[in-house]
Amino acid sequence: MSPLLKLILVRVGLGVLTLLMVSVVVFAATQALPGDTARAILGREATNVDRYEALKEQLGLNKPMTEQYLSWLGGVLTGDFGNSLAQDEPVTQLLSRRVINTFILVGIAALLSIPISLLLGSLTALRRDSKFDISVSIGSLSLAALPEFVIGIILILLFATQVFNWLPAVSRVDPSLPIVQQLDMFVLPALTLTLAVAPYITRILRASTIEVLESEYVMMARLKGLPERLVLNRHAVPNALAPALQVTALNLAWLAGGVVVVEYLFAFPGIGSALVDAVANRDMPMVQAICLIIAGVYVLANLTADILTILVSPRLRTGLR
Amino acid sequence: MSTPEMRVNDSELVEPPVVHADSRPSEWLMMLREAWRMGRTKIGVGIFAAIVLIAVVGPWVAPYSPTEFVAPPFSTPDIPKMWLGSDYIGHDVLTRVLYGGRTVILLALAATVIGLVLGVTLGLITGYARRWIDESIMRILDVVLAFPQIVLALLFVSILGPRLWLIVLIVGISHAPRIARVARAATLEVSQRDFVLAAEAFGIARWKILFNEILPSITSPLLVEFGLRLTYSIGVIAALSFLGFGMQPPAADWGLMINENRIGLVIQPWPVVVPVMLIGILTIGTNLIADGLGRALIGIERDTGVE
Repeated sequence: MSPLLKLILVRVGLGVLTLLMVSVVVFAATQALPGDTARAILGREATNVDRYEALKEQLGLNKPMTEQYLSWLGGVLTGDFGNSLAQDEPVTQLLSRRVINTFILVGIAALLSIPISLLLGSLTALRRDSKFDISVSIGSLSLAALPEFVIGIILILLFATQVFNWLPAVSRVDPSLPIVQQLDMFVLPALTLTLAVAPYITRILRASTIEVLESEYVMMARLKGLPERLVLNRHAVPNALAPALQVTALNLAWLAGGVVVVEYLFAFPGIGSALVDAVANRDMPMVQAICLIIAGVYVLANLTADILTILVSPRLRTGLR
Repeated sequence: MSTPEMRVNDSELVEPPVVHADSRPSEWLMMLREAWRMGRTKIGVGIFAAIVLIAVVGPWVAPYSPTEFVAPPFSTPDIPKMWLGSDYIGHDVLTRVLYGGRTVILLALAATVIGLVLGVTLGLITGYARRWIDESIMRILDVVLAFPQIVLALLFVSILGPRLWLIVLIVGISHAPRIARVARAATLEVSQRDFVLAAEAFGIARWKILFNEILPSITSPLLVEFGLRLTYSIGVIAALSFLGFGMQPPAADWGLMINENRIGLVIQPWPVVVPVMLIGILTIGTNLIADGLGRALIGIERDTGVE
């Protein structure tokens, strides 16, 4: 087996292992619940011992823990997360529409933030210590510090209430209408996510680009007398691709967590606001499903970036041969 | 011969003459001095001090009690003696702003300290022990890293309910892997230096080497981490209160105030605007400090040739 393939397989294996351990944590979390699922479903009626025992049997709560975990995991892998305790419908059915909404929201935010962070990150690195670099640096430093809800509320004040009244402050996405007709509902949440994530990523990319530009091989290329354009295209860019991929993954990973607060702020019907509702209702199957989805996206984004990094970066690729 | 000082000297002769890391001009003091020269650090410290002052002194100068009903709900500031108007059930907004900073700052500090203690301990162990201990601890930390901080906190709140100690603990735990990575990298580098090798040669217990030799030499990157993690702690803790899982009514807390008064944003924006601005300014302040420290550290490492 080629060393490259081996390296990639090891990464994939570690990713799968992390996902498995994540599922154990999420499953074990519910088991720590005072009382059990049967009691939670029955509420006050749990005092009826017969019904309680019957439901326990039906839910498989009398089986050993590992068996319960395996059957739960089997369900998860086939898309069955059980029934919501709060709404008594399959979690998958309740979440499918919301997953799509969140996916579109994150997609818009990523389409905005990835080019912005790539552009600003590389330009500030190339024109280091220029006025442009310093002003972007101060701006991104301040914005990167702000929690998402602070940015979101400032945007609501500016564009949806006090100053201008252009956009809806609450994203009431109507499920019966096509999304293209209600894109205005997506503008403020997407903009909030973009403003929260782009500055942070810009700063990381600036630092890693500077590292490439100061590296010995770029210095060597310059000393050889190559024109600066060639130095950048042939030597700097291929090595800076790796940070760019990392940036994309970081963006997605960050957005996966960022949606929780932002969706709640705009009452946006996605999985983030569903998680807040589920936590308030202690709707455990729902909480499990959403935590798994978010952690899964996070791990997969990082794994993909790791593998692509191995494939594109000349140092790693050739270092193996 | 039998004066106490002499006895101390005698016993020192028995001990191996270990070169202590902190007998060199301490790097972290140099870093603080270097950072203080930068304008951004001064502005950051100024901001942080100002907000902490508001939070500490506030309750003494507040005109009313934070739970006193003084005006009809959502009264705008044109009422005499109520500069910021009233909130959703008629409390004085200025009073609640003056009371509401303590919890945010204290809880965030506590979470950061927990994260730092846990993270540094794990980072020292993994960086020094290496082999399978290193591997297995880092794998476990990967699992914690797979959850965005707010999601991890919500998962545990859904099980145990919105308890303050739980939130502080979970936010601290979610910082630990990130801090551990920094501490581990620094430990790996320091553990190859002469004073550590010398201590090892003298057969000093490994845990003593970790805490007496290595820990003092990795203080600088840890201080930078502290500033950064404090910024995120403030964000996450305030966000949890904003979501309704942090401080509970009738507590006066900036994050909670934003959530309670959001519905009145159009008629009476002040109970939302002022806490939002204060939280925002506070995080900008702590981030400026972290950035100043980080830049100073990079500068010192470049000058001394430490990679």
